[in-house]
Amino acid sequence: MHADITLAVDGEEHALRVDTRTTLLDALREHLGATAPKKGCDHGQCGACTVLLDGRRALACLILAVAGDSCQVTTAAGLADGDTLHPLQQAFIDHDGFQCGYCTPGQLCSAAGMLQEAAQGWPSAATTDLTAPPVLDDTEIRERMSGNLCRCGAYPGIVAAISTAAPHTGVPEGSR
Amino acid sequence: MIPFDYQRAQTPAAAAAAVAAHPRAAFLGGGTNLVDRMKLGVATPELLVDITHLDLDRIEELPDGTVRIGANVRNSDLAAHPLIRHRYPALSQALLSGASGQLRNTATTGGNLLQRTRCVYFQDTTTPCNKREPGSGCSALEGYTRYHALLGASEHCVATHPSDMAVAMSALDAVVTVQSPHGRRRIPLAELHRLPGDHPEHDTVLDHGDLITAVELPPSAMAARSRYRKVRDRASYAFALVSAAVALDLDGDHISDLRIALGGLAHKPWRALRAEEELRGGPATQEHFRAAAQAELAAARPLKGNAFKTDLARTTLASTLSDLAAPGPRHEEQR
Amino acid sequence: MSAPVHPRSAPTAPGRAIGADLPRVDARAKVTGTATYAFEYPVPHPAYLHPVQATIARGRLTRIDTTAAEALDGVRAVLWHGNAPRLRATDNAELAVLQSDQVFYRGQVVAAVIADTPEAARQAARLVRLDYDQQPHDVDLSPHRGDLYAPKDDHDQGDLEAAMAGAEHALDATYTTPMLHATPIEPHTTTAVWDDSGLTLYESTQGAHFARQELAPLLDLDPQRIQIIAPYVGGGFGSKGPLHAPTVLTVLAARAMFGRPVKLALTRRHMFDQVGYRSPTIQRIRLAANAQGRLSGIGMDATVQTARLAEFIEEATGPTESMYAAPHRHIALRAAELDAAVPGWIRGPGQCPGMFGPEVAMDELAQACGLDPIDLRLRNDPDHDPATGKPFSSRNLAACLREGARRFGWHDRDPAPGTRLVQGWYVGTGVAASRYPVVPPAGPSEATVRHLHDGHYEVHIGAADIGTGAWTVLTQIAADALGAGVQDVQVRIGDTALPEASVAGGSTGTMSWGSTIVAAARAFRDRHGTAPAPGAEASAPLPDNPATEQFAMAAFGAQFAEVHIHADTGEIRVPRLLGAFAAGRIINPRTARSQLIGGMTMGLSMALHEQSIMDPRFGHVVNCDLAEYHIATNADVADIQAHWIDEEDPHVNPLGAKGIGEIGIVGTAAAVANAAHHATGVRVRDLPLTLDHFLG
Repeated sequence: MHADITLAVDGEEHALRVDTRTTLLDALREHLGATAPKKGCDHGQCGACTVLLDGRRALACLILAVAGDSCQVTTAAGLADGDTLHPLQQAFIDHDGFQCGYCTPGQLCSAAGMLQEAAQGWPSAATTDLTAPPVLDDTEIRERMSGNLCRCGAYPGIVAAISTAAPHTGVPEGSR
Repeated sequence: MIPFDYQRAQTPAAAAAAVAAHPRAAFLGGGTNLVDRMKLGVATPELLVDITHLDLDRIEELPDGTVRIGANVRNSDLAAHPLIRHRYPALSQALLSGASGQLRNTATTGGNLLQRTRCVYFQDTTTPCNKREPGSGCSALEGYTRYHALLGASEHCVATHPSDMAVAMSALDAVVTVQSPHGRRRIPLAELHRLPGDHPEHDTVLDHGDLITAVELPPSAMAARSRYRKVRDRASYAFALVSAAVALDLDGDHISDLRIALGGLAHKPWRALRAEEELRGGPATQEHFRAAAQAELAAARPLKGNAFKTDLARTTLASTLSDLAAPGPRHEEQR
Repeated sequence: MSAPVHPRSAPTAPGRAIGADLPRVDARAKVTGTATYAFEYPVPHPAYLHPVQATIARGRLTRIDTTAAEALDGVRAVLWHGNAPRLRATDNAELAVLQSDQVFYRGQVVAAVIADTPEAARQAARLVRLDYDQQPHDVDLSPHRGDLYAPKDDHDQGDLEAAMAGAEHALDATYTTPMLHATPIEPHTTTAVWDDSGLTLYESTQGAHFARQELAPLLDLDPQRIQIIAPYVGGGFGSKGPLHAPTVLTVLAARAMFGRPVKLALTRRHMFDQVGYRSPTIQRIRLAANAQGRLSGIGMDATVQTARLAEFIEEATGPTESMYAAPHRHIALRAAELDAAVPGWIRGPGQCPGMFGPEVAMDELAQACGLDPIDLRLRNDPDHDPATGKPFSSRNLAACLREGARRFGWHDRDPAPGTRLVQGWYVGTGVAASRYPVVPPAGPSEATVRHLHDGHYEVHIGAADIGTGAWTVLTQIAADALGAGVQDVQVRIGDTALPEASVAGGSTGTMSWGSTIVAAARAFRDRHGTAPAPGAEASAPLPDNPATEQFAMAAFGAQFAEVHIHADTGEIRVPRLLGAFAAGRIINPRTARSQLIGGMTMGLSMALHEQSIMDPRFGHVVNCDLAEYHIATNADVADIQAHWIDEEDPHVNPLGAKGIGEIGIVGTAAAVANAAHHATGVRVRDLPLTLDHFLG
């Protein structure tokens, strides 16, 4: 069984015909040749496939492409503005927030989405006072980024990178 | 995965009718659990009815103070909603302790309630499992049981329900509204999930084609003093070994009313009625909390690999009650 | 050759590259997601492969019914032992995939579907029907089995029994480490193309040449007809070191589909039965000491498992042979051959699990002697290698213990266990030693230096960067060896079209490839002088190092942990982890720190979480995904620091560098376990340190 869908990926519109069983992740990787979203576990247990779906971070491996018809997808490749890296990307380089690089695009999309969530005042499991806007300290960043596993153990660099880049990502001051 | 048809439903009634009409049809919400099970070969629907475009994504306060949560409200939106954070903090905490930010952005309220057990044998189609294949046997009984049930299990199934959200909702006296092909009905959340008994293949009392459309939280003064405590094997992104949702209404040092539900211990969110009864009207002391936790767990029937959870559940419940009754340092003495 | 070209590095002055804190040369490709891993090469019209696995642990296939699978739309072929291309006989039976009807373990690949889409391949794989003649299986590891064998000679000196009987302090305890899986986030992946030009593999491997060397005889193919391309590898941690069955399976499928590319990425569940694992270990440790804590006897009896299909031995006794000296020693390794998947390399093989028991035992002995655990180690720090009697090229364990203690704030530690309760959490600190030997590289290496023009060079070597930073540090080494800046040097790695290089394993990469590049640069200058013509070129192999015969060589370290354990629930957190290491010269502090912290993080994960649960009734690992097999999340890792001391070792190699990829994971779990004891008074001898150990 097949379906015709459209996806806007990193600003580019694509029309494609997919098996209803095809996940958004496989549609991106196998049909559109996108290399930024990675397949690490294919079961929502590692975060490597994280993309921004209509602006929110989501796992492309558990979303059927047919259900994602007409969505806007931003991958790590689309975070950069042409040759200019996104502040998070530059901070990941500066703080060595990766080693093998396989979880990295997912970490970056997750971080971008997470900073927006924090900017909207969303709490996390690390937030002690649910009634106040959260302060995005290292403990908050760690909890909010825990859906992205890094087997190389680059977590300290990831946290430092996000903490450093947060002021440069358009996230309002009060939420940090 | 086997091939399947895909439809987008236009109304809840049409969605219910579409699924009811096809014995191998399933509702597709966020899909974070269903698609996972389809990849494993555990779920094999031939028709998916996508309900995410239905108008069920609002959180609204009704005139009587009830908060109605549409079934399609995403877990992250629910956790972050001011009404929930202020009036039902245990629910926010439960949601935020579940899964990851990405999954919470996708998973829906209805889908969270209907997620299925994480028992490793249920997920492994090469091993017997009565829940997946009735009559084939239970591999967990003599197997790996760290995440399995102590309470209310049967000889056919010792699986636990994995939801955190449902545990908090159970303690908050939530009511589920259901659209069936024949009309609508309301089910107290505490009665939605079943114990396994002789039919572990049925997780809930819902019939095929029943669509959860909303969850309603009744107004409750005590809910504002509520807490969800989750104990797990990892600091984050892990299912509960044991969890406790507690709401407390204190009159000075006495407990005028309370609600307790436990997670990680049973086939359903475990409403701790026995402990509630022990404590209601009594003094809010550590001795009472411990005694009540002890009483609730008296019925525990641990398996070889999860006996520690009886102690863990007791201490978790007692300490959650203590912390909620009197926040602050509690451990002056040494063990 | 398809090795990628990275943007030029920010400049360094000639001769100043080594030691410079440089960002990774492959960083931009990785943060933009444009670095291509093995599944991501744009090959035309690929077919997809999905394995079919045995659901019994021992027996024989009596029938395979592929009818339903083959009838499925899009299915091109179903391979099984009756129709798969033949392989040449091999002494590594793990690689003889689809060559017989025998089933050696549950999960063994017994068939595979090739289809036009991944969805069809996966669906069809479920439709292949298997009938077996099943035999009873045995996957129970125990030191009391009657069929244990000695995979290596015992190390015996003096009389340990007598030393134990006469000691003022005698410790006899058994420690265990569980089965562990490497779980790189990129699953093992192969894209194979077999056409008239030969065989091309895009492969997730720690050694392209190493893989080719194993593959060529199996296929009876001239190695020159095989090209393996692996510029980016999504983590390996040992599991991508040797060739495994799925790669061979994909090659068989590519032969069957001659001319059409075939792709296989293992599912996460496959990662638990196809690519090796760390054997569980059972370690009986005996220590005999006098009142001052001087060791008179050391004993280790370790039991590990190997597989009936093929042998792999986790040499868990290795560290004890060289760590501490005593006049009476008995060190013995025993193995059981089980109906289980074949174990394999995982970060710090032998060394990592083998340091857990001994370093916890040292903590127990220190307590028995009333000594600070650092002091006990200092008193027993040998000046010659206890295993060989050779002098050390350098051994700075003592300096690491002292430097680590200073940085960690160890000096005013109250030794009494279970006495510090802070806001409901018991607090403790612990220490353990680390060590990783300088081992010979697995395979030869050669490098080529080519002058492009005007002082710009290319350096070619078929090395691998699995996240280690090889792209970057080899550029630095080459720049200094050529007297150039890093901006003037392009290193090419990750391709068998480049000169042969040893596998990225045993923490040998930087040492062996770097030394080879230094030799090639010298050869280049010898031949072409300081004003070479464009296109001038020279190559050299890794030179022999006679010093390896004269000295015992190893990196050392000391790891310190602060552990908090919840008084009610037993939940365990590690807010601080600090390592001090002596690993020779550090080429790039940024990538080195990441390597060491990465190893420590994996050690922390091993300490707290990791455990593959073998269900003996079925014979397979049942918690075979990343929701059930826990590896540390970001929230599990707090303040984690790696430091190193200046260590000059003129003997180890021309760079003076020792390996740093593995030492970070060695000793970590012992430090955490020792801190947990200090926090609670509960001595845990069985990993992982889950909360149930600390309840009640």
